[in-house]
Amino acid sequence: MFDTLSDKLQRVFKNLRGEGKLTAANMESALREIRVALLEADVHFRVVKQLIESIREKAMGQEVLDAFSPAQQVVKIVRDELIKMLGSHQSRLRFANEPPSAMLIVGLQGSGKTTSTAKLARWLEKNGHSPLLVSVDVYRPAAREQLAVIARSIKLPIYTGTPEEKTPLELVRSARREAVQTGRDVLLVDTAGRLHIDEALMTELRELRDLLSPSEILFVADAMTGQDAVKSAGEFHNQLGISGVILTKMDGDARGGAALSIRSVTGQPLKFTGTGEKPDAFEPFHPDRTANRILGMGDVLSFIEKVEENIGQKNAEEMQRKLLDNEFTLADFRDQLRQIRKLGPLESILGMMPDLGPMKDLKNVKVDEKELTRIVAIIDSMTPRERNNHMIINGARRRRIAKGSGTTVQDVNNLLKQYAQTRKMMKSFTGGGFLGKRLAKLKLPMLQQ
Amino acid sequence: MKQSLMIQTLFGAVPQEPNLLDRLKAGIQKTRAGFVERLEDALAGRKEIDADLLEELEFTLIGADIGVTTAHEILEGIRQRVDRRLVGDVSELKLLIRDSLLETLQAAERPMAHVEEPPAVVLVVGVNGAGKTTTIGKLASRYRAEGRSVLLCAGDTFRAAAIEQLAIWAERAGVDMVRQSPGADPSAVLFDALQAARARKIDYVIADTAGRLHTKTNLMAELEKMRRTASRVVPGAPHEVLLVIDATTGQNGLEQARRFTETSGVTGVVLTKLDGTAKGGVAVAIARELGHPIRYVGVGEKAEDLLPFEPDKFIDSLFSAPAASAP
Ligand SMILES: Nc1nc2c(ncn2[C@@H]2O[C@H](COP(=O)(O)OP(=O)(O)OP(=O)(O)O)[C@@H](O)[C@H]2O)c(=O)[nH]1
Ligand SMILES: Nc1nc2c(ncn2[C@@H]2O[C@H](COP(=O)(O)OP(=O)(O)O)[C@@H](O)[C@H]2O)c(=O)[nH]1
Ligand SMILES: [Mg+2]
Ligand SMILES: [Mg+2]
Repeated sequence: MFDTLSDKLQRVFKNLRGEGKLTAANMESALREIRVALLEADVHFRVVKQLIESIREKAMGQEVLDAFSPAQQVVKIVRDELIKMLGSHQSRLRFANEPPSAMLIVGLQGSGKTTSTAKLARWLEKNGHSPLLVSVDVYRPAAREQLAVIARSIKLPIYTGTPEEKTPLELVRSARREAVQTGRDVLLVDTAGRLHIDEALMTELRELRDLLSPSEILFVADAMTGQDAVKSAGEFHNQLGISGVILTKMDGDARGGAALSIRSVTGQPLKFTGTGEKPDAFEPFHPDRTANRILGMGDVLSFIEKVEENIGQKNAEEMQRKLLDNEFTLADFRDQLRQIRKLGPLESILGMMPDLGPMKDLKNVKVDEKELTRIVAIIDSMTPRERNNHMIINGARRRRIAKGSGTTVQDVNNLLKQYAQTRKMMKSFTGGGFLGKRLAKLKLPMLQQ
Repeated sequence: MKQSLMIQTLFGAVPQEPNLLDRLKAGIQKTRAGFVERLEDALAGRKEIDADLLEELEFTLIGADIGVTTAHEILEGIRQRVDRRLVGDVSELKLLIRDSLLETLQAAERPMAHVEEPPAVVLVVGVNGAGKTTTIGKLASRYRAEGRSVLLCAGDTFRAAAIEQLAIWAERAGVDMVRQSPGADPSAVLFDALQAARARKIDYVIADTAGRLHTKTNLMAELEKMRRTASRVVPGAPHEVLLVIDATTGQNGLEQARRFTETSGVTGVVLTKLDGTAKGGVAVAIARELGHPIRYVGVGEKAEDLLPFEPDKFIDSLFSAPAASAP
């Protein structure tokens, strides 16, 4: 496992003199670590150079604030710089004055265009629009069929064309007519994947653009992209003038440094992120979360939002009260596990956790669904008194619980350990600490104290 | 002089494609343009080997997605030689880098598993959108051209129209495909395909799988199950597990390789989309860390755009003059 940037910086500053101030001497080793972290996150090396320069400038001579260690302060400077570069606020979609607005979805092969087209359609629909879909990928086998199948499953209309319509231009002309006739206000155009150096296919996109005058040209980029992101995104932008970016496959563990490269080379805002294969796994882009992720600090805010969304604010508040009062019992733990299962696959939840502090160990825990079932079975085999006070669960009780739940004493021991860990982790969300303080400021109901 | 190249197959080597080197050069022209030209830029007009120059070289490697660690290791080796005055002048640096890359790729080369009794089973895995289905289509055409019989297995039952996509490739290659309905258990489809292949004495079964991110435990477990199914029906199967990596992938590719190796026993890598400008350097890092050979490279979307990977030819085409003259 790689150390996180915070760990590394902590070590750098521990070994340096003059800790009270960020000086030229102690900053150099810190900057080296930052450089490596950014490169490992796939930020383009020229963009890294620029960033390092501006971080150096910002950091020089700053007094270290009481609340922070020098390492924390440097992390904060880096983070703020990344957020600034990623765009400090969410950007909205643009629409044409006269409907239908056309939106062109473009990008390299396999980046996630077709899926994102469907996700965007769904998102638009939820926000009061009435999109019509069309695929102009006349090249890849079964590409148009793919969008048609998805459209059917999300119950949105799609223009599938006639047998005579063979070219993208013919298809969009008719699709636009259909949008007008059926009163749809947005036409979403899924295009074939192409290389930015493919002159014929880039010309095709320009023709589509000239025909449609789209209100958005969205470039779909895979979060796993490496150093080539500056070339591909840059070239799409030069040749086409993109108006925004959708960053896909953020449900994995890629750091997503390409976001910085793309933003810096095109200057265009990141608008959405794709977080899964299903049509609902789509969110507006959050610069702060992405910055955290690039720095390996996880995505705590997404996690908390997700919890709130699914567990409900009241439950969340109740849980927090219990945590603070040390009343978080095994029964609560079981309920919480049940609720967490509703959030989706556990690893995607754990993937959002920061690599910091007590949560670090939890991240390495590989939880499978069977394991969850087992845990719930074990807790179910306890008496109410045991559930309310885990301290009384001695050896004999453990044996009985194991037998009752068809597990082993080892399993019961593990569970009790996990329970203790979770209590600790949840406390660090709500209590003090670097994160706790930051989060408390954000006035999330769950975190108000 | 007529060149005859040997292509490794599961059944041994077959001579093929005298013009491989030319096609390789044409296919990776853009890759070459970026990487070697940058390298040459860095070296041009320099007389002295100093820290600046070495750092510039390191960035060239990092820019090819080789990764900080691997780039650093390669450069460290060179630095030591420079310190011991073993490097005379700047022009030698290019050769040193070339040798170092070649050494890594050659060290990872290994022959394919021996097939006791057909069918040879090839399982194709990787993250979403890497190029698995296309690679299978290309492989099927290639095996057919070698005169082998092939059966495809539509193991991606999840993504919309994935079965139709493979069906079209099967038709192009003139081979049969075993399928079930969308949503079916991929292991069940594989089971059917392997039974059919045994009954019909087919040489190769190539199984498609749904793209999946390596972080999704339950989906990774599904691949483990497919492996088990394969070995139950055909002893020794799967004989080859190809991990498809998109050349545009950055450092996440290494983690992909680790996790897919853990759960599905990867035996080799296919590096796709090398016809773009991306260098695919993460495959070097994968070879270095996990010892997986690169088996093929993808250089386009047509059936013939899959080339067998041979380290020396690949590196030669990367480093030699763009003219089509064979060394
Ligand atoms: N995990 C995950 N998978 C995604 C996401 N977005 C797309 N995918 C998957 O990535 C693969 C490629 O997606 P497509 O939408 O077909 O990509 P495309 O850009 O249209 O591909 P081509 O048309 O072949 O160039 C599919 O397997 C999708 O299910 C995402 O946000 N997360
Ligand atoms: N330019 C180029 N495109 C490729 C290559 N291999 C695959 N593709 C394209 O990449 C996209 C995803 O490929 P697909 O085979 O569907 O990926 P899968 O999801 O891994 O099965 C498709 O648009 C393919 O045409 C290649 O070597 N070069
Ligand atoms: Mg598509
Ligand atoms: Mg596929």
